[in-house]
Amino acid sequence: MPQISLGETQFACPGDETLLDALLKANLRIPYSCRQGVCQSCLMRCLNVAPPANSQTGLKDTLQRQNYFLACRCYPEQDMTVALPDQQTFAVNAVVIKKQLLAPDILRLVLQYETPLEFYAGQFINLRRGDGLTRSYSIAISPQTGNLLEFHIRRLPQGQFSNWAHDELAIGSPVTLSQAQGNCYYLPGNHGQPLLLIGTGSGLAPLYGIINDALNQGHNGVIHLFHGSRNADGLYLSDELRKLEEKFANFQYTACLSEKHSKPGFAQGRAHDLALADKDSLKGWRVYLCGHPEMVKHSQKMAYLKGASLKDIYADAFIAGK
Amino acid sequence: MSEAQATTASLFDQLGGVAAVDAAVDIFYRKVLADYRINRFFDNVDMEQQAAKQKAFLTMAFGGPNNYTGQDMRDAHARFVKMGLDDSHFDAVMENLTATLRELNVPENLVTQVATLAETTRNDVLGK
Repeated sequence: MPQISLGETQFACPGDETLLDALLKANLRIPYSCRQGVCQSCLMRCLNVAPPANSQTGLKDTLQRQNYFLACRCYPEQDMTVALPDQQTFAVNAVVIKKQLLAPDILRLVLQYETPLEFYAGQFINLRRGDGLTRSYSIAISPQTGNLLEFHIRRLPQGQFSNWAHDELAIGSPVTLSQAQGNCYYLPGNHGQPLLLIGTGSGLAPLYGIINDALNQGHNGVIHLFHGSRNADGLYLSDELRKLEEKFANFQYTACLSEKHSKPGFAQGRAHDLALADKDSLKGWRVYLCGHPEMVKHSQKMAYLKGASLKDIYADAFIAGK
Repeated sequence: MSEAQATTASLFDQLGGVAAVDAAVDIFYRKVLADYRINRFFDNVDMEQQAAKQKAFLTMAFGGPNNYTGQDMRDAHARFVKMGLDDSHFDAVMENLTATLRELNVPENLVTQVATLAETTRNDVLGK
């Protein structure tokens, strides 16, 4: 009989019982509703093996890849170590190895992690200061040699963490990290699919990571990035992005300024308005949306109404913490 | 498939099962959101959660496995009834549903069966 571990609890799951039933019988509080693989309330993650394929039906491909599954559809076939999606452990130690201002209010923070870490560019990680203050930031870099992580930290006027990171965090200082989370990242397998990416402010961070990841993996469909900001300072990394545009024929970069201007090379308007007006139909497109929550929510709906499938829309709304 | 088998296959299987629901949700929910008669009821909802609910509804209307309860439907729609949800809005949803099925080339006799099942939720949705 397969043995199940959830945190400190261990129990056996009979072959004719779903994992959800076994968890509930063991008096573990697991959110659930429909019990038929529809509502996805009982989403869990398997930490040691790939879960049974049936238990992953209907999940986003990026979640499937990370061994997420639905407990109500899962008949365990082998021993499983499972966790709820929000069970977070801070188990990764890292040190600051580089700080660079990309714009007056945006810091590129490069960390080197010492404990093994699995992630995709575009996912997010919780960074924790010594006193426990914690914030989520998106990863702007793919896994590579040297165990490096890169984040873009925008200074918020009242932001405790961002001001500390900008002003006080020193090279060589330790930072504790969570495991990587989130389903907004690139998966290979459909190299010709056109990609539309829309980001505002430091919403560029995950998109920058995703674009580089896709190009490095040989994505050959159109990749069109719209990055928006109120003023030109906010359009950071534009030189790098223009160089990328020269190097890869399938990559297009549209820098969007929402304030009135007459600068050559910059489009006039809000990034998502320009992006959505630019495409007659998004049928068949994969769409990534990162940044301001209202922009993300609105664009998610508009991209869907323009024909993109829900499963092809990856959204990451940035909620500002004080 | 022999005629006997064809007549005994469940509505859900005849429609194509889970894959058919997935295909239908994408089209159906897009029609609903684009329908000016009813889209104000969807202004402040989380799209992914809402799509999951639409999927549950379509699974039920397709005769698939479900644990539909009228009370859940009443509770979920109570605040919309306060906002003025009435028969005209339910009719609009039904229209979008049948249009979705026709777009997917579902045979008319099956469209009728789905519509009949969906229709059974009317009183619960409208809190009657």
